[in-house]
Amino acid sequence: MPVNYLMPEYEVYRNPARCIACRACERQCANEVHHYDADLKAMVADDAKCVNCHRCVSLCPTRALKIVKSDHTFRENANWTGEAITEIYKQAATGGVLLSAMGNPKAFPIYWDKLLINASQVTNPPIDPLREPMETRTFLGKKSDTIRRDAQGNILCQGEPQLELKVPIMFSAMSYGSISYNAHASLARAAQALGTYYNTGEGGLHQDFYQYGANTIVQVASGRFGVFSDYLNAGAAIEIKMGQGAKPGIGGHLPGAKIVGDISRTRMIPEGSDAISPAPHHDIYSIEDLRQLVFSLKEATHYQKPVFVKIAAVHNVAAIASGIARSGADVICIDGFRGGTGAAPTRIRDNVGIPIELALASVDTRLREEGIRDQVGLVVGGSIRNAADVVKAIALGADAVYIATSALIALGCHLCRSCQSGKCNWGIATQRPELVKRLNPDVGSQRLVNLVTAWKHEIEEIMGGMGINSIEALRGNRMMLRGIGLTDRELSILGIRHAGE
Amino acid sequence: MLKEGQVRIPAGCAISGIFSRSGEAMSGEDIITSITVMHDRSNGLGGGYAGYGIYPQYKDYYALHIFYDTHEAKTDCEKFLERHFDIINLSKIPTRPTKGITDAPLIWRYFVAPLPTKLAESQLDEKEFVVRCVFRVNTQLEGAYVFSSGKNMGVFKAVGYPEDVGRFYRLEEYAGYCWTCHGRYPTNTPGWWGGAHPFALLDTTIVHNGEISSYDANRRSIEMHGYKCTLLTDTEVIAYMADYLTRRKGLTLQEMASVIAAPFWSTIQRMPSPQRETLTYLRNTFSSLLITGPFSILMGFDGGMMALNDRLKLRSMVIGERGDRVYAASEECAIRAICPELDRLWSPRGGEAAIFTLKGADGLCQ
Ligand code: SF4
Ligand code: SF4
Repeated sequence: MPVNYLMPEYEVYRNPARCIACRACERQCANEVHHYDADLKAMVADDAKCVNCHRCVSLCPTRALKIVKSDHTFRENANWTGEAITEIYKQAATGGVLLSAMGNPKAFPIYWDKLLINASQVTNPPIDPLREPMETRTFLGKKSDTIRRDAQGNILCQGEPQLELKVPIMFSAMSYGSISYNAHASLARAAQALGTYYNTGEGGLHQDFYQYGANTIVQVASGRFGVFSDYLNAGAAIEIKMGQGAKPGIGGHLPGAKIVGDISRTRMIPEGSDAISPAPHHDIYSIEDLRQLVFSLKEATHYQKPVFVKIAAVHNVAAIASGIARSGADVICIDGFRGGTGAAPTRIRDNVGIPIELALASVDTRLREEGIRDQVGLVVGGSIRNAADVVKAIALGADAVYIATSALIALGCHLCRSCQSGKCNWGIATQRPELVKRLNPDVGSQRLVNLVTAWKHEIEEIMGGMGINSIEALRGNRMMLRGIGLTDRELSILGIRHAGE
Repeated sequence: MLKEGQVRIPAGCAISGIFSRSGEAMSGEDIITSITVMHDRSNGLGGGYAGYGIYPQYKDYYALHIFYDTHEAKTDCEKFLERHFDIINLSKIPTRPTKGITDAPLIWRYFVAPLPTKLAESQLDEKEFVVRCVFRVNTQLEGAYVFSSGKNMGVFKAVGYPEDVGRFYRLEEYAGYCWTCHGRYPTNTPGWWGGAHPFALLDTTIVHNGEISSYDANRRSIEMHGYKCTLLTDTEVIAYMADYLTRRKGLTLQEMASVIAAPFWSTIQRMPSPQRETLTYLRNTFSSLLITGPFSILMGFDGGMMALNDRLKLRSMVIGERGDRVYAASEECAIRAICPELDRLWSPRGGEAAIFTLKGADGLCQ
């Protein structure tokens, strides 16, 4: 039926004066957009298949290509946008749930961009990070609340297990399966070089990466893929995934077609079977059940590893976090609604959850009101885009941040948001060997190291400007922030004053 | 204009302290002379003193110094005190009319002991009981403010230049083994006496010169442990942190210094074991109580005095010694003014705690 025809969103524009028909674009595009037309003796493109990933654009030797937004339009309507109409066509044609990838792209407020940072003038000197030590080291874990001494009065230094981070930035969970072997290799090596951690996600840990265990957080999710004793003991910490910012309340589904070879072995499920993570953990229907899982994992690892609990930022996140803090967990991770994903139902991704800035502020405030903030570390993710976001997150009360989308962009991701297709032209969200090999882990890990190092320098500069020379003095230091263009209600949730006050 | 406590007011300052290791009683005269020299480091908007060993006849009782805005506040507060304490003695604190000191509130002093029944009922130790009562008055009784609450010691403070404050309170008539003093240079006009320094809780007093950049991190952390920062000043939060770490957590002063002015990680890593492990443990355990930004503090406590600078030494502080007397001040001239000949003059390094205690009473500071 012709109504099913959807005009492509993007057009591939090829400058005929530049194109030499080398067919590089054809080889680069896994979406099979380009081909050589022997009759025309020219390259042609099928715009409908283009996802706007810029792979061909970046590799065209004569810079003949660009991707432009189509000016084809529906009759303008502020309510029935072109997107709203085409989504109805798609669903009317298929009867299916719409799927999307990466984080919520809608025009919701970005609170990071409405926060401004302080600097010292006159009464208090700024500190020059090039001349003075500037400390970014952080420990994640419960802080003991009683000091114990031996008979001679020396302090006994045993406490709960701690995770030491040289820089308060970690790579958050992305499973092997949703991203490629080379992407994992890049993350693992970069985490090691940076003195921080990457997270296995829920797909188990590939045998080759056990060597990076000291810089690995192993995840236990509702599907329990690849979870066994060696896995739990291989990492530096264990994360229980209760939820994810991009799809709170929703499980996961990796189609059987992707469960091949190493992925099937690592996940410990038969080749070709669908990997379905249920929405809940079926042994956790309440907070007391979570406590049992936390302690089962601690038992399995002899109380040597901190246990993280990751949740999506939802409406009553503060109360949930307070429950988790009392469940024996060492660290709470909160994932905001902008957090990325390999695939999520579009309606969920775009409508469920709350911004991480508000979730973080209310969780930190709540834990402090209850006097239990020191009993637990607080890590936030769900769209940390740059060093200023990191500084603002820590000033609002986080111990450290998780980055994933930023890390993928460093690896080459162009945010085409088509991860669910498995045809990532940048070798990240794909398992096709010819695509995976486009991502060289030597280059990838170096780029991640560069990114985090650059952010670290920027964090140091910003801290120095505030006269702060150690990251712990920034944590929860909300007086260093002011809001701009925010309502009283927003300011009170964020616990900050307005600029000019 | 907002009152102190509703708004955070940065301030520069002068501090000075005198301590006699042999416990010899010194009148308040010298400390007034010392701070006078640093007149230009204050701007007439706050000054104050802490004297130790000044109430030997009442040394077993808590000396509460209280400002009242009104007679009603006094009546209310005294009712509260009577319900919780045995009041052994009460009087106005003697003052003399002094040019430059105006708008004085009612200033009263009470020597008290917790009522045994109330104390038992509260299931708290005696000090914690007193602390809670002080917080009750300061946060809930409008117009009443307890600004000194230790035994055998007292704080005297006002809005004005510190030398005028000293004359106003007739400090030359007191005698104690330790005096600390503060002249304030706030960047705003609080005009409230409670906002002057020293800041005190039980026998711990802090005078401080600096503006700490970690303020809100420290405040939000210490407020979790039952302290309420009503003044929004550095000095207040430092005093609470000192109380928390020493009295509540049982750290020694040296250990406390290694928390609030912690050595850099790079320094800790070079240290021998087990010092390295201990300092890592302390710094991590109390990471929210690290102070950054410039400060120099003199902390008075029962039986001793401690001088401490921030870890980068962004504020001046020198220490002079002569016989068994120890002098500490923002500027050397403030020491030379009262003791021209010194056996030793030195500047403690950033983060290095200089702790002085009464001879034969080394255990006291713990
Ligand atoms: S999908 Fe990517 S590689 Fe293919 S045409 Fe579009 S931009 Fe080029
Ligand atoms: S990971 Fe690949 S498929 Fe996913 S958004 Fe990035 S470039 Fe596109």
